[in-house]
Amino acid sequence: MKFTLNIWCQADGESRGDFVRHEVDDISPDTSFLEMLDILNENLTEANGDPVAFDSDCREGICGMCSLVINGEAHGPQRATTTCQLYMRQFEDGATITVEPWRSRAFPVVRDLAVDRSAFDRIMRAGGYVTVHSGPKPDPNDFPINPERTETAIDAATCIGCGACVAACPNGAAMLYTAAKVSHLAMLPAGQPERYERVQRMAAQMQKEGFGSCRNYGECEAQCPKAISIGFIGRMNRDLLRATVVEPIDVRGDMETQ
Amino acid sequence: MELNAKIPDGPIERKWAHHIDELRLVGPRNRPHYRIIVVGTGLAGASAASSMAAMGYQVDCFCFQDSPRRAHSIAAQGGINAAKNYRNDGDSVYRLFYDTQKGGDFRSREANVWRLAELSTAIIDQAVAQGVPFAREYGGGLANRSFGGVLVERTFYCRGETGQQLLLGANSALAKEIGAGHVTMHARTEMLDIVVVDGRTRGIVVRDLVTGKISSHAADAVVLATGGYTNVFNLSTNARGCNVTATWRAHKRGAGFANPCYVQIHPTGIPAAGEHQSKLTLMSESLRNDARIWVPKQKGDKRAPGDIPEDERYYYLEERYPRFGNLVPRDVASRNAKDVCDSGMGVGPTGFGVYLEFRDAIAEKGLDVIQSRYANIFDMYNRITAEDPRKQPMRIYPAPHYAMGGLWVDYDLMTTLPGLFAIGEANFSDHGANRLGASSMMQCLADGYFVIPITIGDYLSRHPTGEIGTDHSAFRDVERDVKGRTERLLGTTGTKSVDTFHRELGKIMMNECGITRNEAGLKDALEKIPELRDRFWKEIRVPGSGEEFNQSLEHAGRLADFLEFAELMCHDALDRDESCGCHFREEHQTEDGETQRNDEDFANVSVWEHQGVGQAPVLHKEPLEFEALPLAQRNYKT
Repeated sequence: MKFTLNIWCQADGESRGDFVRHEVDDISPDTSFLEMLDILNENLTEANGDPVAFDSDCREGICGMCSLVINGEAHGPQRATTTCQLYMRQFEDGATITVEPWRSRAFPVVRDLAVDRSAFDRIMRAGGYVTVHSGPKPDPNDFPINPERTETAIDAATCIGCGACVAACPNGAAMLYTAAKVSHLAMLPAGQPERYERVQRMAAQMQKEGFGSCRNYGECEAQCPKAISIGFIGRMNRDLLRATVVEPIDVRGDMETQ
Repeated sequence: MELNAKIPDGPIERKWAHHIDELRLVGPRNRPHYRIIVVGTGLAGASAASSMAAMGYQVDCFCFQDSPRRAHSIAAQGGINAAKNYRNDGDSVYRLFYDTQKGGDFRSREANVWRLAELSTAIIDQAVAQGVPFAREYGGGLANRSFGGVLVERTFYCRGETGQQLLLGANSALAKEIGAGHVTMHARTEMLDIVVVDGRTRGIVVRDLVTGKISSHAADAVVLATGGYTNVFNLSTNARGCNVTATWRAHKRGAGFANPCYVQIHPTGIPAAGEHQSKLTLMSESLRNDARIWVPKQKGDKRAPGDIPEDERYYYLEERYPRFGNLVPRDVASRNAKDVCDSGMGVGPTGFGVYLEFRDAIAEKGLDVIQSRYANIFDMYNRITAEDPRKQPMRIYPAPHYAMGGLWVDYDLMTTLPGLFAIGEANFSDHGANRLGASSMMQCLADGYFVIPITIGDYLSRHPTGEIGTDHSAFRDVERDVKGRTERLLGTTGTKSVDTFHRELGKIMMNECGITRNEAGLKDALEKIPELRDRFWKEIRVPGSGEEFNQSLEHAGRLADFLEFAELMCHDALDRDESCGCHFREEHQTEDGETQRNDEDFANVSVWEHQGVGQAPVLHKEPLEFEALPLAQRNYKT
């Protein structure tokens, strides 16, 4: 197969970027999208050019490192699929494909298609944990958990932290990510003691990082490679509302003045 | 090089408890004065860094990924073993110890294996307390499944993404400590060397992958949790970034490397489809619980699998190993797959594949039950191959997966370099010549949560804090070495991409040091690897500069280390003139084609000392003793 690629190139976060056109030929339909970029990079290197920088690691759809907007969609046209699991058989032979990095103010470009997603890590540091030491514990079977509840918790916990939800959102909101993380712990006994403090801290950090606000477009769910439901956003909002009544904490110090 | 494993005295079931009582501790008021470096944020690194920080130590943690949550432990699918005996099916700490020792073909250190089995139950408790959502039964208790090589159900799991959930648990603990200021996290930072002063490890030199800045970090102890070296095969189940650099450079500075030839080739990978494939995707071994593995009896049978009648199918594992059937250990399953494919019965376009089919399990248990267990694995397979395992068999073939070898460590997990520790896949100690399924995560977390936080105190308490800072001249010297290596890579004047050479190295290693090995092949590889290394330095082109985000440079540096390490691996495979576990020397097999150990000459750990690139390494041996479980021939047939 043959493709024309319009790829975003940007030397670093400070520089101005632009689209650069490349051609690739002789691509097998069983090549993954990233392998196609590997081939392009090998060709560029051997032709004395500069390869295109992009993030990837596990290449099996679980580490969440790959992060491309392909023809305007986060992770490309196939539903519930990361870029590394997207195969060229999904494209028409001869097609022109536009490739961009995640687009969000909170995710500055590192180079070309690679972005800085440390804002996500800071949201986790604000409260996405259970405080526990590694000493002796009660037996887990002392606290039975309804298996369906566990399944719903895993539906949230399956988030790979790739940032597609932010890239997909017209407002650049990180609500689906934060809601998935909050909901996972809020649904399990282990997460209860810190539940209401956690949701307030994580939501405050999310705002501080410069993500937009949620307007219920639903693009996040549509483009999430793990198909995480926006139902979790409702769940987080309920917890947030309840928290302001049950256990309000002062997070004003953490917010920027208006 | 002195090898003192420091195995505690006493009966095996009391060794660890006894050892803890005897270790020197660092008091809570003193811990904040000590600085510890942890390299790697997978299950071992994240659990170690967070646990030590929670105790009060100052921790600097490094990873090359953009976030600590992306380390490759995240991709472990199947599950984690623990001797909880929730099923009352005869499980116990002894049984888990027994299975691990036997699975490792009696090439692991008994005392370490016992400790691992003993700590297994605490890992589950710890994970549940962190909010890891393990699968539950209808009554709300934890669910279990069984894994290859054992006769009990002791594996805990979260769908097919147990690794992700356990790593998110460990990483949430790490996030808490970073947020609290007890851990300083350095993401997108690669360790490129360690600094040794007067025989003790004093710190590391790293490269900031975004800016290219090379800098030094001093500490009272350094813990390497940098994973395995299976990417030496190029095509493996490892992530693209997985590399041997940290452990190799520690080895070059004096740390002994143990058993590098032990690499597990996982039986259930998706067969490679083309030259530019970047990795092999693993299908969890748990699939073997419900699936049946077969090939057509007739060689070169091109019929669709559904058209092949029952009596023309060769269920080779069930026929050859009636007691374990499709659940034989990984090395046995891999070798048998290679065997049937080599004899012409393989399936798929390349002929290097076997069928793994759910038809009978779906008929017996219903599609819903099977779906609930494997849905995400089925979907993943479907995305990659455009075939649906619910309707037709999967095709699988062995894929290089896990490195049992690693830096030699004593019972306290310290390498031969004082102050340098290695945990998780980066060390060698617990899996012998073959790792059983669902025990890698167990080992990483046992090391990280429960062993290193205690044993490191014994080392630290014997030395004053912060004696040597980054202003010491040794740091300047190592920085100069690291810069020199980077400049050498950037100064190459060839035209070929780094990937070209990685593919070539992978082919040599897979052919000569892969599923089976023999003397002639290994000698051939030892000729070819130095030639390839020479050509690499002459013919590659590394674009860009050292002062920027330069992925070609990163890959070139890692491959340069693999090109040196591969030679050591072949030396070890050649020297170990026996078959054991995953190390199958064709010269040593039983009449049935099983591994033939030579306990008289090889019941030892092979520990290699570096002598310079291209020089033959020097071998040291740690004899293995078998007190709790006497040596026995491994047999999965009866």
